Amino acid sequence: MTGTTEPVAGTRSAETWTADEMMSIAAARTLRDGQVCFVGIGLPSTAANLARRLHAPRLVLIYESGTIDTRPAELPLSIGDGILAESALSVVSVPEIFNYWLQPGRIDVGFLSGAQFDRLGNINTTVIGEYEEPEVRLPGSGGAPEIAASCKEVVVVMRHRMRAFVEQVDFVTSVGQGTGPGDRQLLGLRGAGPVRVITDLGVLEPDPDTGELVLAALHHGVTVERVRAETGWDLQVAPDLMITAPPSTTELDTLRSLRTVGSDK
Amino acid sequence: MLHVGDPRLLPADLVIVCRRSPSIAGPRCTHYRSRVAKIVSLPQAVSDLVRDGDTVALEGFTHLIPFAAGHEIIRQRRRDLTLVRMTPDLIYDQMIGAGCASKLVFSWGGNPGVGSLHRMRDALANGWPYPLEIEEHSHAGMANRYVAGASGLPFAVLRGYTGTDLPAHTDTISTVECPFTGEQLAAVAALNPDVTIVHAQRADRDGNVQLWGITGVQKEAVLAARRAMATVEEVVDELTPVPGAVVLPRWVLDAVAVAPGGAAPSYAHGYYDRDNAAYRAWDAISRDREQFTSWLRRIEEKSE
Repeated sequence: MTGTTEPVAGTRSAETWTADEMMSIAAARTLRDGQVCFVGIGLPSTAANLARRLHAPRLVLIYESGTIDTRPAELPLSIGDGILAESALSVVSVPEIFNYWLQPGRIDVGFLSGAQFDRLGNINTTVIGEYEEPEVRLPGSGGAPEIAASCKEVVVVMRHRMRAFVEQVDFVTSVGQGTGPGDRQLLGLRGAGPVRVITDLGVLEPDPDTGELVLAALHHGVTVERVRAETGWDLQVAPDLMITAPPSTTELDTLRSLRTVGSDK
Repeated sequence: MLHVGDPRLLPADLVIVCRRSPSIAGPRCTHYRSRVAKIVSLPQAVSDLVRDGDTVALEGFTHLIPFAAGHEIIRQRRRDLTLVRMTPDLIYDQMIGAGCASKLVFSWGGNPGVGSLHRMRDALANGWPYPLEIEEHSHAGMANRYVAGASGLPFAVLRGYTGTDLPAHTDTISTVECPFTGEQLAAVAALNPDVTIVHAQRADRDGNVQLWGITGVQKEAVLAARRAMATVEEVVDELTPVPGAVVLPRWVLDAVAVAPGGAAPSYAHGYYDRDNAAYRAWDAISRDREQFTSWLRRIEEKSE
């Protein structure tokens, strides 16, 4: 777990939890038992491994390094840590994982994060600013463009900050709803794209008519004003706005027991 | 390593074959090889196979990254290389900072689980120590470029890149129409490195190489290359079969060098673990040119 210095987001009797912990737990809850999930490193990996230890013991985790149905005892730091191969049902080559497993649409959920994310769910992990003269050079695509294109649906986990949630991304690394409703079909992208965005403040989901992400749920103790203040577009609120249930003791204990390989924690 | 024409070779030792058909390797295939054992020292292998201006791929997807070979390239002060790797990782950050590279072909350029590659960013933003050109892909695109290269095809077809901004910036991404259905698909140009370098667990005394665990894109990268070499943890009498292992036959490799620990701080499955602390420590070393330069001096003074 990272970010444990984040301000406390809520309390439940004697317990407290951080905004990051609420985010990981809310993200874990969206995964259903038996689903096949292509996992990005970092926040998605934490949430997916948490789900597997809670309500989804038969969740199939696939990492782009070629590890299929891996069950790591500790969280990997990188996408290709040895623990992923040792605990996998099968390990295949990188061309195979992308061509045979991801590309034909066999994967239920792509679980991603990003540096910049927009109103229509497009993701940028390439550059902030112009491509040729960027303000910030980010790592780049990795597996994300094809994960976002080919998984049946995509779930995004990222911290809710004004600089990250923008009207329009500077660079489309991975396509969400593209330029609007129907654009994915026009482009020939077969998956649904991002169906849910879980942040440390709440949950965004696309409006079925406009494709625009709207506030679908607030985490316990967070206000609409707070979320709007961290969102770079005029964030609309779903008519049936939900409140995320606070973390249970079991959820918190399980999350806190997750240790990253090679770390002191 | 012995070459054709080497006076130490007797004619009977030689079975001269071009290891690539001209249609794959193109007019630059001038490399002939002998059947004699070709297990050589790492400095010798790098000196024989890596030339200034080459397109060089050091592959290994998080696992089995050929750090020892990369450091030897730094020590031999190779320049103007086009460095190809899906994940540049620390090894290319180091080689870029050392001044080996003029171009980087890649698909994810971060320090996994830690953050940015600061030497790469310094080269891109400030041209330090040299300006760096980039050619950027997705993982699926890079993997397929190696597959095309290994298959002797000029390009590969995939469902990828559609709707993203990458094709506008990368010449080796295009589209192709399916001749059977008319569907538009992404096409990526084949990758055929001048030389590919991989690290593996072990080789036998004939120079056949075996690797296992996460095997990444190494087989494709070796088969796509005009010249190829492997560093290995050890040489053994016999390559006992291992589930899921990749075996690279001796006749697709030009040199094998023994380099125990040669993948550290990445890892060699069954031999040693990934040194995650070293990956975290690299962040501070690489942020600062002076700290990096001290690190570089230590590498340059060290001999394998």
